[in-house]
Amino acid sequence: MTLTTTAVLVPLLPFLGAAAGLLLGRSAPGFVRPLAVLPTLAAAALAIVVAVEQGGGPATDVATRLTPTGSIPIDLALHIDGFAALIAVVVGVVATCVQIYSTGYLRDDPRYPSYAALVSLFTSAMLLVVYTGDLMVLLVGWEIMGICSYFLVGHYWETEAARAASLKAFLVTKLGDVPFLFGIFALAADTGTFRITGILGSVARDGLDHPTLIALLLLAGVAGKSAQFPLHTWLPDAMAGPTPVSALIHAATMVAAGVYVVARLLPVFAASAAAMVVLAVMAAITMVGSGLAALAQDDIKRVLAYSTVGQLGYMTGALAVGDRGAAVFHLLSHGAFKALLFLGAGVIIHAAGTNSLAAMSRMSGLARRVPDAFWTMTVALLALAAIPPFAGFFSKEAVLGAAEHATTGAEHGIPGAAGWTVLISGLLTALLTAGYATRLWLLVFQGKGTEAPDHGPQPFVMNAMLWVLFIPSATLGLAAPFLPDWFDGRSLNPTLTTSVLGTGIALVGGLVTYATWRHTTALAARTPIGAVVVAPDAAPGLSEETAIATHAPVYGNIAGAADPADPGRLLLGPLHRHAAVGFHLDAVYTVLFVRPTRAAARLVAFLDREVVDTYVRGAGTAPRWLGAAVRRAQTGNVQTYLGALLAGSLVLAVAAVLVATGTGA
Amino acid sequence: MTLAAASHGFLSPTGVEIAFLLVGIVTLGAAVVTVTTKQLVHSALWLVVALGGIAVEYLLLTAEFIAWVQVLIYVGSVVVLLLFGLMLTKAPIGRSPDADSGNRWAALVVAAGSAAALVWVVVDAFRATWIDLDGPVQGSTQESGRSLFQYWVLPFEALSVLLLAALVGAIVLSRKHGAAAAERGAVAPSTPTGPAAHAPGEDR
Amino acid sequence: MHLAYPAVLSVLLFCTGLYGVLARRNAILVLMSVELMLNAVNLNLVAFDVWLRDTLHAGQALTLFTITVAAAEIGIGLAIVLLVYRNRGSSDIDRLRDLAEQAGEADPADRDAQQPDTKAEATA
Repeated sequence: MTLTTTAVLVPLLPFLGAAAGLLLGRSAPGFVRPLAVLPTLAAAALAIVVAVEQGGGPATDVATRLTPTGSIPIDLALHIDGFAALIAVVVGVVATCVQIYSTGYLRDDPRYPSYAALVSLFTSAMLLVVYTGDLMVLLVGWEIMGICSYFLVGHYWETEAARAASLKAFLVTKLGDVPFLFGIFALAADTGTFRITGILGSVARDGLDHPTLIALLLLAGVAGKSAQFPLHTWLPDAMAGPTPVSALIHAATMVAAGVYVVARLLPVFAASAAAMVVLAVMAAITMVGSGLAALAQDDIKRVLAYSTVGQLGYMTGALAVGDRGAAVFHLLSHGAFKALLFLGAGVIIHAAGTNSLAAMSRMSGLARRVPDAFWTMTVALLALAAIPPFAGFFSKEAVLGAAEHATTGAEHGIPGAAGWTVLISGLLTALLTAGYATRLWLLVFQGKGTEAPDHGPQPFVMNAMLWVLFIPSATLGLAAPFLPDWFDGRSLNPTLTTSVLGTGIALVGGLVTYATWRHTTALAARTPIGAVVVAPDAAPGLSEETAIATHAPVYGNIAGAADPADPGRLLLGPLHRHAAVGFHLDAVYTVLFVRPTRAAARLVAFLDREVVDTYVRGAGTAPRWLGAAVRRAQTGNVQTYLGALLAGSLVLAVAAVLVATGTGA
Repeated sequence: MTLAAASHGFLSPTGVEIAFLLVGIVTLGAAVVTVTTKQLVHSALWLVVALGGIAVEYLLLTAEFIAWVQVLIYVGSVVVLLLFGLMLTKAPIGRSPDADSGNRWAALVVAAGSAAALVWVVVDAFRATWIDLDGPVQGSTQESGRSLFQYWVLPFEALSVLLLAALVGAIVLSRKHGAAAAERGAVAPSTPTGPAAHAPGEDR
Repeated sequence: MHLAYPAVLSVLLFCTGLYGVLARRNAILVLMSVELMLNAVNLNLVAFDVWLRDTLHAGQALTLFTITVAAAEIGIGLAIVLLVYRNRGSSDIDRLRDLAEQAGEADPADRDAQQPDTKAEATA
C-alpha cells in the first residue's frame, strides 16, 4: 500500500463507518458499536503509518481532477507534511479514545447509533481538512464539522440549554464562515488556484494584491471555528453537549482546525503586518479574558471550555509571531491533555452526580471514588498549568520562546509589538492558568463535607481511555528535540529565560490560589449549597444531562454559582461578577445583533400584515364593490339590457367607422 | 345608368321621387305616432297607416307583388292579430298614462344616435347612386313567381314547415293553458288561481 | 330615383321601431315596434333588389320570406304574451323582472303559483 492509498483511506474509513452506522443503526443494533469504534481505530492506525512513512521528509503532494469546474479548478488534492501527519495522528487517537469512551458513557442512550455515526463523520471531516491540499475541499470538511458540531452539541435536545447552545454554535461559527468563504475566493482570485501549494508558491513569488483584506477575512472564519475573541462565545455554551463530544470537538479537533488553517496559510498572513498585529491582539484578548472567565465559572466543563479558549489563544499567539512549529506543538500536547481533562470531567460528573464545583467542594472523598481520574487529571492539570516536566510545559515554553524571539523584531515581517503583546499576555495567562487549574483541582478533589455519594464503579472503558491519553499528556514534551525535523526546523526546546519566568509565574499563581482556598474553605461549611443527582445505575450520559438541566434552576445561572467559599471570587474581587458571564459579551451581541434582527423581523411582519396584506385585501375588496355596482345594473328589465346593448354596439360602430374613414384616428 | 345619373340631381326631383318622399313622410309620421301615442288601440291603427305607406313605397319601387303581399299579410292579418292581442290582454281603451316605461329618454338617445349614425353612413355611401326605374318591371307577379319557384323552391318549402311549426306552437301555447284554466275552474270554481300541480298529469 | 330616399326612409323607420322596442311598456306594442323594424329591413331589401336588377330577385324573395317569418313570429309572440298575461295579470314588460337578482322583491305567492305552470309547459 502506497503512502497515498493509506492517506486516502484515513478520512474514508470513518466516513464509510458513519454511513454504515446511519444505515444500520435501526435495523442491526449489534453492529453499531463495532461500526463506531473499528473504522476510527483503523483510521488512527493508518494515520500513524502515514506519519511514520512520511517522517520529516519533503511534503507529499498528490492531486486528481474529477471534472472541470470553471475558471479556477478544484482538485481532490492530498498534501501531507509533518504538520498534517502529526495532527492526523492526534485526531485519530483522540477520536478513537472518544469513541471507545462513548460506548461506556452513552451505553443506554437511545440515540447512540446516530451519535456514534456523527462522531465518525466528524472525525472523517477533520481528517479531510488535515490532509487535503485544496482550499475548496478543505471548506467541505470545515462545513461538515460545523453541522456535526451542531447536531452533537444538541444531543440532549430535551434540555433547553442544549437546544440554545447548538443553535448558537451553528450561527456564531457561520458568522465567521461567510467571511472565510469570501476570503478563500479572494485568495483564489489573486493567485488563480485553490491548491494550497500553488497559493503559497504564488505568494512567495509575486505577493498578494490585497494581503490585509484576505488575511482579515480568513481570520474571521478562524476566529469562529477556533473560538477566538470575539466569536468565542459559542464554545462555553457548547458544553451542554455530552462530555465525549466536548473532548473531541471542543478540545482536540474542531477548534484546532482554525489554528491548523492559519498554520498552513501562514505566509499569506505574514504578507500583511497588520493582520499579524490583529492576530496577536486577538490572541492576547482571548488568552487573558478566558483566563479570568475560567476562574469564575462554576460548571467544571465550562472552566475547561474557557481553558480551551485560552490555550487556543496561545496557539494563535504563536502564529502571530510567525512560529507555526510552536503553535502546532502546543496543538498536539493540548489536544492530548485537554481531551484527557474532558474525559476525566465526564467521570467526575458521573461520580459526583453534579457538574457544579461549588457542590463538589462540599463533598469529601471524591478522589478516592475515582482514583484513575484523580491521578490522570492531576497530571493533566499540571500539564495545563505548564509545570515541568509534563507536555504542556514544553509546548507553552516553545510559544513563549517564539514570542520572546519576536520582540527583538529579528523575525522577518513580524512587528516587534506583536511579539511583546503575545509575550506579556502569555505570561499573564500562565498566571491565570495556574490559578484556575489549582482552583479546579482543589475544589474537585479536596472538598470537605459529607461523603461523596456512591455511584458505583466507573465503566472500565472510560478509565482505560484516561490512561491511554495520560501517556502523551505526561511524555509528549520529550518529543520536543525531535519535532523540528517534522516542522520548519526551528528549535522547540525551552529557553532558560522564559522557562524560569513562566514556571515561576505559574507557581506563584498556584500558590496564591492555594492560600486563598485555605482562607475561604473555612466558609464552605457555613453555606450549604449544591444539588446532587443520586442515580447509581444510570448511564454517565444520563446523569450528566440531568446535571446540566438542573444547574440553572438550582444555582440561578448556567455559568456561575453564588458560593462564598469559591477562591476565585476572592481572587477576582469585583471582576468576578463580570467574568462569570463572560464579560457580558453575550449581552453585547444581544444589543448588536439579536435585537436589530428581532426588530427587523417585527418590521417585516408589520409590513407584511399592514402593507402587503392591504394590497391583497384591496384586490379582494375592489372586485366586490365592482360586483355590487354591476349587480345593481342587473335589474331584470329586458329593455334596459337591450338599450345598453344597442348603445354599446352603436358606440363601437361609430368608432369603427371613424377609424375606417381615418377622420377620428 | 351613368348617363341617367348625370342627368339627375337633388334639386331636380322627378315625379316618382316627390311621390316617394311624400308617402315616406306620411309613413314615418304614422310610425312615430305608433310608437309614441298613449292610446294603445290607436297605436295599432296608426301601424296600419305606416304599413300601408310602406306598401305604397313598394309600388313606387315597381315591386307590385310584394306590395300586395304586404297589404294582405300585414294590414290584413298581422294587425288584426295584434288588435286581438290587445283586446285579450284587456288593454285599456283611451289614454293610458303609463304606456311608456321609465327609460324612454335613454331609448330616445339610443334611437336618435343610431338614426344619426346610420343616416350619415347611408347618405355618405349612396350619395351618387340612382335607381333606374324605367327598365323592365322588377317586381311583377310574373317575375316574382318565376324566380320564387325556379330558384327559391327549397327555402320556400322549408318556410312552409316553419309556418306549420309556428301554427302548432301557437295552438299548443294557447290551448293548453286554456284547458288547464278550464280544468281549474271545473275542479275548484271558488278558487280560480288554485294549485295546478296535477295539471300536467291530467293533460297527458 | 335616388337610392338615398328609400335607404334613409328605411333607416328612420328602423330607428323609430328601435325606440318603440326600448320605450314601450306593453308587450304587444313592443311587438308592433318589431314589425316596424322588420318592415324597414324589407324596404331596404326591395330597394336594393330593384337597384341591382338582380336576376334571381333575391331581395324580393327574401322580403317574402321575412314577411312569412314575421307572421309566424307575431303568432308565437302573441301566444306567449297572452300566456304571460293570464299568469301574471299584466303584459307590461318592465314588470317581468324575475331574472333580477333581488329575489325578495317578487311576490312569493305569485311565484309559487307560477312555477308549477312553467314547469308543466316545459314538460308538455
